[in-house]
Amino acid sequence: MNKEELTAQLKVIIKPYTTNTDAYENFTEDTDFIKDLNINSANLVDIILDIEETFDIVIENTDMERMLDVKTSVVIIETKLAAK
Amino acid sequence: MKKRVVITGLGVVAPNGVGIPAFTHAIKNGISGIQHDPQLEALLFSCQIAGKPEISEDLKAQYFTELELRGFNSTGILYGVIAGIEAWKNAGLPLQINNHPDWDSGTVFGSGTSGIDKFRESIYKIDELQTRRLGSTVVAQTMNSGISAYLGGKLGLGNQVTTNSSACSTGTEAIIMAYDRIQSGQAKRILAGSTGDSGPYIWAGFDALRVCSSKYNDNPGEGSRPMSASAAGFVPGSGAGALVVEDLESALERGATIYAEILGGNVNSGGQRGNGSMTAPNSTAVQRCITDAIQNSGISSTDIDAINGHLTATTKDALEIENWTKALGLDGHDFPYINSLKSMTGHCLSAAGSIESVATVLQLQEGFIFGNINCDDLHPEITSLIHPSRIPLKTIETNPTIIAKASFGFGDVNACVIFKKFQK
Repeated sequence: MNKEELTAQLKVIIKPYTTNTDAYENFTEDTDFIKDLNINSANLVDIILDIEETFDIVIENTDMERMLDVKTSVVIIETKLAAK
Repeated sequence: MKKRVVITGLGVVAPNGVGIPAFTHAIKNGISGIQHDPQLEALLFSCQIAGKPEISEDLKAQYFTELELRGFNSTGILYGVIAGIEAWKNAGLPLQINNHPDWDSGTVFGSGTSGIDKFRESIYKIDELQTRRLGSTVVAQTMNSGISAYLGGKLGLGNQVTTNSSACSTGTEAIIMAYDRIQSGQAKRILAGSTGDSGPYIWAGFDALRVCSSKYNDNPGEGSRPMSASAAGFVPGSGAGALVVEDLESALERGATIYAEILGGNVNSGGQRGNGSMTAPNSTAVQRCITDAIQNSGISSTDIDAINGHLTATTKDALEIENWTKALGLDGHDFPYINSLKSMTGHCLSAAGSIESVATVLQLQEGFIFGNINCDDLHPEITSLIHPSRIPLKTIETNPTIIAKASFGFGDVNACVIFKKFQK
C-alpha cells in the first residue's frame, strides 16, 4: 500500500469523529486531529482502535500518544505494516 | 417570600407510549404496554412479560449523532435523553448550539444504574484481556450520572447537573430536589426526571426475589394488576419521564405554557426500623412523608382530589392504601380518587416516579383521572378501607385541582409531591 492509499484510508476512518467539515474536505498531511478537525481527544482512542482493525496492526500506547496528526499517523502505520 | 415553582415542559418514554401525545392517548384509553419478552423466556425468568418502550432507529437518530451511536448500548441513557429533550422542547426552550453554558438551567435526572448492557459487554471484554479495546465511552455510558451528563452536554446546562438515586422513589425525589433548588433561588429551571434501563440484567434481581408477576406469561396485558385480589407481583418495566421545573416568574416572562404548579413535597426514610426493612416500608415513615408533604404544601388533606399511588401490584398494595387513609384521615367515600399507572406500564423502577408524575400532571392539565386496568376484582382488604368508587376502572372526565403523587423504594425511602392545577 502506498502513502496516498494509506492516507485515503485514514481519511475514511477519521470521518465519523470530525466535527469540522471544511477542514475535513481539505484533509492534508499536515492536518492536526484536534486543532484542525475538532476531534474530541477521548475519541483518539477510538480512532486508534479503528486503525488497528482496518490495517490489522497493534499500536502501542507510546505510538498512540504521537498520533495527533495525519503525517505522524501515516508514518507509524507504515512502520507497523512493514514490520508485519 | 418563597418562590412559586411550576412545570413548563413534559417528556416521556413509556412502555405504552413514547412522546406526550402517544402516552396521553394510552393512559386515557387504558392501553397496556406490557408484552411477552422472548429474552426473559429464553433466560428462564419466572416473569416473562415486561414493559419496554419501543424506540425506532429513526427516533434514535433524531436525538443522537452517528458518532454517539457507535458502540452505544445503554437503554437508560437512550430513554432519558429522548424524554429530557422532548420536555425541553415542549417547554419552548432553545436547543441551538451556543458557546456559553446556561448558568440558570440545570438537571436532576435520576437513575438506578446506568448502561447495564454496556457494563456487561465491557466485563466480557475485560475478562478476555481486551481492556485496551473497550473504546472511549464505557465510563460515560456506565457511570450512574451518565444520563445527566449526556443531557447537560446536549442542552449546555450550566447550573447543577446531577443524578440522584433512591431506588423506586428516584423520579419523585428528582422533582422535589428540583423544586427545592428553584424555590431557594439557586436555579431558574431544572430538567427533573429519571430513567431506567430495560432488560434481564436489570430485572433479574427482582425475579430472584420472587416479587414479579409470573402467572400471566401467556396474557401479558393482564399481568400488571395493582389493587386487584388476583395481583401476584409486579411486572418489570423501564423508560423515562422528564419535567421542566421552573421558577414561576421566569415561566411568565417567557410566556411559557404552565402545566401545573408544584405546591411542595417531602422525602424521608423509615430507617429500616419498625416494620420497615431493606425491602419493606415502615408505615409510620410513609404516613409521615405524606403528612409532611401536605403540610409543606400549605393545604389540608381534604383539598386532595386524587392520588397517584406507588401501588406496584404486590401484596403491599393494601398496606399502602391503609397508610394513605391514616395519613389523610380519610377513608370510605371521603377518600380521594386513586390510580396506579403501573397497571399499564409495569413497574418502571427508577423511572417510575417521573413517568407517573408526567401522567399526574397531564391529568391536571387536561382534566381527567385515568382508569386503572386489571382490577375489576378489587382486593377485599382495599375495599374494606375505601369505597370502590374511589378507584376508577375507566377514565373519568373531571377537573382535579390537587393531586398527590408518592413513590416508595428499597432502602425504606419515601417521596411525596403535591401538584396543583395552575391558577395565577
